[in-house]
Amino acid sequence: MSACLDIHRLSAVLPNGQRVLRSVSLTVQPGEVRALVGESGAGKTMIGKAVLGVLPKSVRIVEGEMLIEGEDLGRLDAKARRTLIGARTALIPQDPLTALNPSRRIGPQMTDRLVRILGWSAERADQRIRQLLDEVHIRDPERVLKSYPHELSGGMRQRVLIAAAFAAEPRLIVADEPTTALDVTVQKQILRLIAQLQRDHGTAILFVTHDLGVVAKISQKVSVLYAGKVVEEAETAQLFAAPQHPYTRALIAATPRYTDPFASLRPVDESVLAGLAAEIAAADKGWRPSHG
Amino acid sequence: MDEARIARCGLSPRLWLAGGWLLLALLAAIFAPLIAPQDPLAQDLMLERLPPFWLDGAEPGYWLGTDSLGRDLLSRLIFGGRIAFIVAFAAATSACLLGSTLGLIAGYFGGWPDRIISRIVDVWMAFPPVLFAILLVAVLGTGLSSVILAIAIIDWTRFCRVIRAEAMGQSRMDYVENARIAGYGRVGIMLREVLPNVVPSIVALLSLEMGIAVIVEAILSFVNLSISTDDPTWGSIIAEGRLSIHQAWWVLVFPLITLILTVLSFSQFGEALKTRFDPVLR
Repeated sequence: MSACLDIHRLSAVLPNGQRVLRSVSLTVQPGEVRALVGESGAGKTMIGKAVLGVLPKSVRIVEGEMLIEGEDLGRLDAKARRTLIGARTALIPQDPLTALNPSRRIGPQMTDRLVRILGWSAERADQRIRQLLDEVHIRDPERVLKSYPHELSGGMRQRVLIAAAFAAEPRLIVADEPTTALDVTVQKQILRLIAQLQRDHGTAILFVTHDLGVVAKISQKVSVLYAGKVVEEAETAQLFAAPQHPYTRALIAATPRYTDPFASLRPVDESVLAGLAAEIAAADKGWRPSHG
Repeated sequence: MDEARIARCGLSPRLWLAGGWLLLALLAAIFAPLIAPQDPLAQDLMLERLPPFWLDGAEPGYWLGTDSLGRDLLSRLIFGGRIAFIVAFAAATSACLLGSTLGLIAGYFGGWPDRIISRIVDVWMAFPPVLFAILLVAVLGTGLSSVILAIAIIDWTRFCRVIRAEAMGQSRMDYVENARIAGYGRVGIMLREVLPNVVPSIVALLSLEMGIAVIVEAILSFVNLSISTDDPTWGSIIAEGRLSIHQAWWVLVFPLITLILTVLSFSQFGEALKTRFDPVLR
């Protein structure tokens, strides 16, 4: 059985030749949650966008393959690629405030995709959406479906977006920091919801985050990213029990702890960063894109 | 929620004043033959330069006085409104359709369509608009349809620039990206996700443009390049009034007031409509 998502030695560059992804390899097995963790600018969102085919125009993939359920995206023409991505993947976005169209009601926005792209009947789409709204614990679907996005709270909107992501039964969901833009009080509920739906539907998730606490709660496997390079990859439990890379150790140590709220924050050590810089330089030395 | 919305609409005197004046002027123009007190073309040298009704020497039935040929000013203003409104609606709508379509395409697709359209707009805007209009009418010949065509040809750039900028901002929004991930085609996204968000601006611009069309038509009439028949237009009345300003100031002042009120109302009405069309502001 092929992996749900298989990224193999993926490299991408900016127009000035700077590498933003450095031979990234990772796999997500069916029904598995793979966390992609790193500081901002590490390229974790970039990987998500690459998988979904919405990289900014300035970023160019120069090497590597991406396979969704064994189908190589690079070998498909643009239209077939769009169809494949549209049918098998979905996105839970970072910012629920800008991810819904402000001038359209929630209902049509949610059913539209099922009807127009997947060719469902209107009733079937409507039923499906109501079922999903129920699953994300929205109690008054009537009101929500008739609302404009600005009439709902951020948490409500994120629930709507989660429901929309699961509605078409995708095989893979890319969750791009789905709790970052929310209130701390809502974050936990949303996280629990995503985990719940993930289990019920058996969907694989590529979970992009900078929050190790979230990683520990939701994922089975983790890839730690630094400057577009996977520096460590492990089972989640193992990563926390015995981190191998000094950067991972420093990240775990830097996580604030509730048990000791007055301890000062520990930034990642200079020597660790110097080591990382050397590692990146070594990886870039003599690197040539294998094609493209 | 709904009560609050109604209350807010009720509290917008801007919308009601502007809309009220436009409705009044429009109805007067439509029913001009029924409500105009006199024949706007009938000359009577016995009745020349009668003052408006509150001054000494006014005749009943000639409420705003007469011009130097003895024609009733109020009737001429009412009939002039017909041409003003026809030009306003036809020219502004044509300019809007052309400019908004090109602006939407340039802003959403970017790349070479944007480069081509933007260069054309730059070249277009290098011409001084009034001179351009005079030139166009001179080439196309005078008459109602040439005036409408000239205004549309000149002013589509106004729509194009604004809608391009808005569509550009829209195309970077997350919901547009989501639609791409879901597998929508580019044209579908443009019409479904981008267009509804620029409609409020289109409406506001359209109303503003109607006001501008009224002014341009008046300018063309003023320089005697608009409608070649004897039909009164606001611009031609102003031109005539200018000649007799020392003997009969009202012939200049009343059409000016009418023109200003109408143009102002169009722009205010547009702004008010914009807020009502926008689900977030509403």
